Amino acid sequence: MLYGFTWDTGHGELAFAISILPILLMGLITTLEAAFLGFFVACVLGMGFAVLRGARSRLVAWPTAVVIEFIRDTPLIAQLFFLYYVLPDYGILFPAFLTGTLALGIQYSAYMSEVYRAGIQAVDRGQREAAKSLDLPPARTFTHVILPQAIPRVIPALGNYLVSIMKDVPVLSVVTVIEMLNAAKIIGDQTFDYLVPLSMVGGIYLILTIVASALVRLVDVKLPKRGISLR
Amino acid sequence: MHWSNYLEPLARGAWVTIQFTLYSMFFGAICSFAFGIGKLSKNWILRGISIVYIEVFRGTSLLVQLFWLFFALPIAGDMIGIDLRLPPVTAGVIALSLNLGAYGAEVVRGAIEAVSPSQYEAARALNFSSLQTLWRIALPQAIPEMMPSFSNLAIGALKDTSLVSLITLTDLTFAAEQLRNFYQDSATVYTMVLLMYFGMALVLSMAMRLLELSVTRWRGTVR
Amino acid sequence: MSDPIIAFDKVKKAYGHFTVINELNFEVQRGEKVTIIGPSGSGKSTVLRILMTLEGINGGVVYVGGEPLWHERLNGSMVPASERHLRKMRTQLGMVFQQFNLFPHMSVLRNLTEAPRVVLGLSKEKARQRAEELLELVGLVDQAHKFPGQLSGGQQQRVGIARALAMRPKIMLFDEPTSALDPELVGEVLNVIRKLAAEHDLTMVMVTHEMRFAREISDRVCFFDKGRIHEQGTPEQLFSQPKEQRTREFLKAVLNG
Repeated sequence: MLYGFTWDTGHGELAFAISILPILLMGLITTLEAAFLGFFVACVLGMGFAVLRGARSRLVAWPTAVVIEFIRDTPLIAQLFFLYYVLPDYGILFPAFLTGTLALGIQYSAYMSEVYRAGIQAVDRGQREAAKSLDLPPARTFTHVILPQAIPRVIPALGNYLVSIMKDVPVLSVVTVIEMLNAAKIIGDQTFDYLVPLSMVGGIYLILTIVASALVRLVDVKLPKRGISLR
Repeated sequence: MHWSNYLEPLARGAWVTIQFTLYSMFFGAICSFAFGIGKLSKNWILRGISIVYIEVFRGTSLLVQLFWLFFALPIAGDMIGIDLRLPPVTAGVIALSLNLGAYGAEVVRGAIEAVSPSQYEAARALNFSSLQTLWRIALPQAIPEMMPSFSNLAIGALKDTSLVSLITLTDLTFAAEQLRNFYQDSATVYTMVLLMYFGMALVLSMAMRLLELSVTRWRGTVR
Repeated sequence: MSDPIIAFDKVKKAYGHFTVINELNFEVQRGEKVTIIGPSGSGKSTVLRILMTLEGINGGVVYVGGEPLWHERLNGSMVPASERHLRKMRTQLGMVFQQFNLFPHMSVLRNLTEAPRVVLGLSKEKARQRAEELLELVGLVDQAHKFPGQLSGGQQQRVGIARALAMRPKIMLFDEPTSALDPELVGEVLNVIRKLAAEHDLTMVMVTHEMRFAREISDRVCFFDKGRIHEQGTPEQLFSQPKEQRTREFLKAVLNG
């Protein structure tokens, strides 16, 4: 029994599949929650990294570059274990789910900071010079001139990372988070039938990523560009 | 415990990680070219197989693929009366390679498609067959274009090997988990593990950079 | 005079609704040097691209050496050509491209030896010998080991000519061979083509905007507009006494421009 649902093992594969579908869908909800929360963390943290990385002071920019590279080059699962076991040593006790989404967010913030940076750099130099000639303060130039032009450019790339995050959520199962794959694994462990639940998870993932990718493309097409030429 | 005591077991785990990385890169590269070229084939069967392969392995999670091969495949084999139980090492290498190959196939396809149409026209005017055109004209120009993406994929392959610890394989992540269990010194152990992955990634990046330079030598001579 | 090496019989070519070539009849005799002139977008390059089998046709028949190019005879009827037939027909043709289209990853020498070795099956020594003779002809013997990217546009185009000749075609197609060149480099390429025209019995079909050059080397000049030949004749006739109003307008525009 999982999430209050029991499975039906006595009436063939189809009955079994139908009986475990609600469990997998409950797991899917956890997967999506973790993905969106992690995505949010990554968006915010990534912007922070992008700003620091682009700082004029090398004392700020270079260490940030090293940190970004370090995060990019080390596996999510190792970062997750680090947070999960080391944070409590410093008195920070998060539930596993929160630690997991934090790890996802940190991992992807490194990728996203590169996306933001590319987007910001793609804004024409003339825009910066125009803002300067109007005596706009740098911070306001950044938030009101640069970012509004950079964000629409990067949204498709960010969307693709959201899809990637969804595919990385199963890693959270190692710290006891019961997302979709872990739910299927538990069912398999108890019924000794891994084939049906794991295949169903594969199928659901396939549908999920195809739909999500189509949505990202749709957003890309429909996104109001407000006169910004993107190419 | 002093940190140096962890070094030897972690190094043994790292060696397993390195082997997995190299094997999955090797077989992944084969899949990348086979299915990337297959997706461009005029033969709809080859094209269909390639598209399905790419979509399935890019569209589902690596961990799902790994678990499916390790836990579900033997049961599927049972049903049709074939023994499909894979040793963990085999399941790990297959899952990593197929996953990497699906991403690599898109890189290969994209780079071949990016070769200028005028090159294909020149090849046609000189009467090269389509296979000769692919092999002698398109690929030599496309491979240098693939290298930056391949470098990223190689780093990804290194990171992805950490998941094989979940099917009992004793890689670096697995070694770390054992040490932590035993000594309860997670801060030291995991700091070392992260640094070791970082170090391996830097070496791998440099190796890929050298490979890139060696395949783009002809370009170095361009004005 | 009725054994043309090239013959277009009511050839049609359209992209969607846009007709590029409309019922074109066009013949070239063995050894003849024909130049096609005309405004851009008039379909003159398309004629060459159809001959080189880079683009198919939508109607009519093209004959090369008396054999249909885009069709095969099967039990008395014409069927669309197979790739095997096209490959056989292509051995008679060579093409020089506006943008040179050299293989950037191969040295000049390999650009010249690759197809003879791979397609014609020549030995390494034979292909190399042939390449060296051609480099001699185009005056680039000392550049054999450079890569295309290291050469000037004019040099690249001379390699392009040598590369096409290395396949020993009977017909050479020149698609605006000097249009992509800086003005000071045009001469060296034209000199090579001039030499080729004078010393070889190759059939040559050239699309160009170099009117003086066309006048000098051509046996016949065709004025092309809107997918058909409006007027043709010897260079003397066409350039000195054009009959058609459109031809006069075109020549006036390009010669004064």
